[in-house]
Amino acid sequence: MVKVFLAPIQFSNTQLLKNIIEKLREVFTDNVEIINLPIDIESVRSVERNQYYSTKILAQAIQHTTGYDGKVLILVDFDLYVPVFTFLYGEAQLNGKHSIVSLCRLHEEFYSGVTNDELLLVRAMKEIYHELGHNFGLIHCKDWDCVMHQSAIIEEVDIKGGFYCGECFEKVKGVLH
Amino acid sequence: MSYKANILVVDDEEIVRESLQHWFQEEGYSVDAMEDAESALRVFEKDKYDLLLVDMKMPGMSGLDLLSKIKEIDDEVIFILITAFASVPTAIKALKEGAFDYITKPIDPEELSHIVDKAVNQQQLKKENIQLKSSIEEIIRPENLIGESSQMKKIFSLINTVSTTDTTVMIRGESGTGKELVAKAIHINSTRRYFPIVTVNCGALAETLLESELFGHEKGAFTGAHYKRKGKFEMANGGTIFLDEIGTISQKMQIELLRVIESKQFFRVGGNENVKSNFRVIAATNENLEDLVKLGKFREDLYYRLNVFSILIPPLRERTEDIPILAYYFLKKLTTSMNKKIVDFHKDALDFLLKYNWPGNVRELENAIERAVVVCKEDKIKVDDLPFHISSNNYFDSDDKSMAAVEKKHISLILYENNWNISRSAEMLGIDRVTLYNKINKYGLERNSK
Repeated sequence: MVKVFLAPIQFSNTQLLKNIIEKLREVFTDNVEIINLPIDIESVRSVERNQYYSTKILAQAIQHTTGYDGKVLILVDFDLYVPVFTFLYGEAQLNGKHSIVSLCRLHEEFYSGVTNDELLLVRAMKEIYHELGHNFGLIHCKDWDCVMHQSAIIEEVDIKGGFYCGECFEKVKGVLH
Repeated sequence: MSYKANILVVDDEEIVRESLQHWFQEEGYSVDAMEDAESALRVFEKDKYDLLLVDMKMPGMSGLDLLSKIKEIDDEVIFILITAFASVPTAIKALKEGAFDYITKPIDPEELSHIVDKAVNQQQLKKENIQLKSSIEEIIRPENLIGESSQMKKIFSLINTVSTTDTTVMIRGESGTGKELVAKAIHINSTRRYFPIVTVNCGALAETLLESELFGHEKGAFTGAHYKRKGKFEMANGGTIFLDEIGTISQKMQIELLRVIESKQFFRVGGNENVKSNFRVIAATNENLEDLVKLGKFREDLYYRLNVFSILIPPLRERTEDIPILAYYFLKKLTTSMNKKIVDFHKDALDFLLKYNWPGNVRELENAIERAVVVCKEDKIKVDDLPFHISSNNYFDSDDKSMAAVEKKHISLILYENNWNISRSAEMLGIDRVTLYNKINKYGLERNSK
């Protein structure tokens, strides 16, 4: 089974992190490990946009993780961007090793002002499985019940499924077992 | 549905080309990128592209000039212009020249996704021979919608008939029979399949939340509403809205629902913009709506509005020939996902599955097999591997053989096993928490009883 290295950066919600690890272990069993990556966040911050350039974070992560045999998932709570887009929930190397997920726009209080930790965990897991799916070689799926369905807005994150559909699961079951 | 368009991105900025290429590759599109209009024209003459995403302002030939040259070669191609400068006159000129749409940098992912999906889906629908598809007897079934019994064959035939129309459908059946799967089957066999099916569990939402959930809210509609939110009806635009447990909604919401279903228009909470949404309605219930209408608990006008085409899913106990088919299907599915080498059922285990009443229907069968797969230590599932409450004979010891008696006993045992944890018990029973509370009240169950 593939190993997942979880690299939280400037992540202060320890309970959420614990819950994410617990959820990931339901799928990846003991193959989930927390790592520390010395990413220079300030160097990738856009002052104008008050966001962080995700591709450059991934580029730094690549340099620091040559010795890691598995998938490296960076978890942040700040907002991500690439110059052409207004924001990103996450970014992944298709068929690659690295991915990043931002929880910034997954917080319900970002939209309605209401804190909902349960919903945050559900949304976080969807985006984590989504980006890992890209690492496993999956592209976006047309099935709304599948976590690999594209979601450009939070409402789409909420209505899509929480895990891979049968067809996508068939493609990744080799790495999950 | 598997056809993916070929896309050509034309932009002089390398970072834009790379980001857009990456974005489209994740969508499964085949993408090429060119840094200027002249090179784009050269590759377009050589290769076939379905969609061009072109920067308006580039050194040399502009995006608009490229548009007119491309249209001379292929009038069907989808042309979307990107610009850093939002300019209405240029946008209008581009649209007059035949561009599909116009988008400004930095691009809102939702906007890009929406425009590209719309363009590609429209082109694809044109290409599809819908007539040919509708004449094929076989329907595309969602996972888990399984059955070879005459009752299920009839349901597949009904799905086939109704999916080609836009008729409102009412799906009825006990908890766990697969009402949501039937709704999904109707949706994915309809022309709305490229848009989402949005499920609303009416029984699980408090009335105060239901309004915002269904209709969305405007930015600033209430304290903390930092962003505009789309409601379920808006999210279902182009697709289907599935209203599950419709019998549980309040009188106030029944009036609201009737109005929205009839007009396909509504206001977001705190908004004054009339939002239009093109959705199909599929509703489901496990209650007797006719009784609720007679009791004055469910509006007659809403009942007739929803009950245009009715599909009744029989309980599993009435189609026992489907039990082995379903059992083997779940066995294969669950052993694959859990990576276990269990290949069969012992004969007595299979006999038991056939004899059991399945008050929780297919969902209960799946849960029972999941539990058996977890505990099974051999290559065949034994009776003992099945959940205790199913494999025990307690249900049949009683003189009262009615379904209600069996259901009461079953629920008591599950609650007892879960130390009256309602969420866990509801999940195990394959019903929602509201239904479980209703049943606890109905049977007068108390914490100390078993």
